[in-house]
Amino acid sequence: MNDSIIEATDFRKTYGDLVAVDSISLEVKRGEIFGLLGPNGAGKTSTLEALEGLRSPDGGSLQVMGINPTREPHKLRKLVGVQLQTSGLPDSIRVNEAMELFCAYHNVAPNYDVLKRLGLEEKMSRQYYMLSAGQKRRLALALAIAHNPSVLFLDEPTAGLDVPSRIELHKLMGELKEADTTIMLATHDMAEAEKLADRVAILLRGRIAATGTPRELTATGSGLTKVSVRTSGSSLSDPDIAFPAVTQHSVKDEYTIYYSTDPGPTVSAIIAHIKEQKDTLVDLRVERPSLEERFLELTGTRNTQ
Amino acid sequence: MRAFINHFSFEFRTGIRNKSLLLLNYLFPLAFYAMMGLLMAELNPTFLDTMIPAMIVFAALSSMVLGLPNPLVSAREAGIFRSYKINGIPAVSILTIPALTTVVHTIVVAAIISATATRFFDAASPVNWAGFALVLLLTVFSIAGIGVLVGVISSDSHSTVLWSQLIFLPSMMLGGLMIPSSMLPEVLSKIGMLLPSTYAMHAFQGLAWKVDTGFDPLWSAIILLASGILSFGLAIYLFSWDRHNTTRRAHPLLAFLSWLPYIVGALLW
Repeated sequence: MNDSIIEATDFRKTYGDLVAVDSISLEVKRGEIFGLLGPNGAGKTSTLEALEGLRSPDGGSLQVMGINPTREPHKLRKLVGVQLQTSGLPDSIRVNEAMELFCAYHNVAPNYDVLKRLGLEEKMSRQYYMLSAGQKRRLALALAIAHNPSVLFLDEPTAGLDVPSRIELHKLMGELKEADTTIMLATHDMAEAEKLADRVAILLRGRIAATGTPRELTATGSGLTKVSVRTSGSSLSDPDIAFPAVTQHSVKDEYTIYYSTDPGPTVSAIIAHIKEQKDTLVDLRVERPSLEERFLELTGTRNTQ
Repeated sequence: MRAFINHFSFEFRTGIRNKSLLLLNYLFPLAFYAMMGLLMAELNPTFLDTMIPAMIVFAALSSMVLGLPNPLVSAREAGIFRSYKINGIPAVSILTIPALTTVVHTIVVAAIISATATRFFDAASPVNWAGFALVLLLTVFSIAGIGVLVGVISSDSHSTVLWSQLIFLPSMMLGGLMIPSSMLPEVLSKIGMLLPSTYAMHAFQGLAWKVDTGFDPLWSAIILLASGILSFGLAIYLFSWDRHNTTRRAHPLLAFLSWLPYIVGALLW
């Protein structure tokens, strides 16, 4: 059985002379959360919107659950849920009316539970223009999942959400995944992608720069662990001290920061050195390479002070 | 069917809930009707012969040419159609349901005018109510088609105002609403033959008031029907979901084809 739910093969999208997406290929399997990462203008939204059937590809082929989104968008509607990056609803529509309208077109009963889960229960009779930006975002999300789609496309779902809503959304995504929903997520939030996504693709200037699980991606980068140390004295101030496995170091906000390929021996040596110098350790933090670090490395924007 | 009822019900409520639409659907036409009834009955008593059809055509122009297009344009600009598209709401529903609800609002206003004009202002009543109902439906159908088409081809809210006024003002002045077409200079009367309001007035007078109207009023009814069909057909054909997505099936100027029945009418009569 083919478990592939979303497939893009040599997908290309142009706007006049601008090549937004340059022949990318990717595959998302059933029940997977797939993160599409990249800076602004990398081609994330163009890719998502083409998969949703909102834009036509200029080359290559796309399939969602075996359906060509450009040729048979009507077949796709009942199977997918979409939260667009920019969309709207009529100003005068009430929250409950929007739910009733969209569910009627999906031929399912209005799903008020999802409104409740996303904290919109008390806003049911509010007109759309009266909602805050975060509430509008939550409503868009509620409408996207109200008909229990098999595939969910989320474009920057947590942009503009407060912390509780963000946590609730992450929980909800976990539950949807448990229920075998395939989720494709475009986001700027690396921590979110690292936490939620099974696999990610980093898009740069319309091309896939890296793809894999977050762990694989961070491992294929420089692999440097960040060790930040603060002492009460100046035992670490000598720039010539060498610790094992350290490739570079810097000083920032009273912390001496070491980048190590093997943090165990590095930390032991640092502590031993502080003790030997009769200094006092105030704080020590070890941070494994994050997806964000890898992303910055790939995009060439990491601050290597 | 549930989707249609739901959508219709929402759009109908919007026609009252939205202040601009409430104004154009009800307040403006009814206030104008009351004002014309009070003023014109004194200044020009012959106006009372055509008061009911004139005020109904005015109400249709107000709600459908001034009111109907703008929400379509702003919905496209605000990405509402994109939300509709991804949730399976078809273009046909997006265009016809607001038109249909506006038709209902206009029929309500037409009923108020018809029921009160004779009693309050001594306006002439229709003598053939079946003919009146038929012409009313054809009038709102053809003018709603124009309104929807204006909404579809306007690139933004500014051009909507331009197109709407380009139809509304001449229709008011030359369409037989204020001054009977027979009293206009020949050139202006000929220009008036290019306007839907002229045919609506002609059909009302010939088929509902049974007044001698020169050429057969059935032709006016046919012209209104043909224009309505062409307008809705072209609106659905030229519809664009997204202001960013500028690819259309054809150039918006194709919309002028909807004027073909009026041009034929102007050439024949």
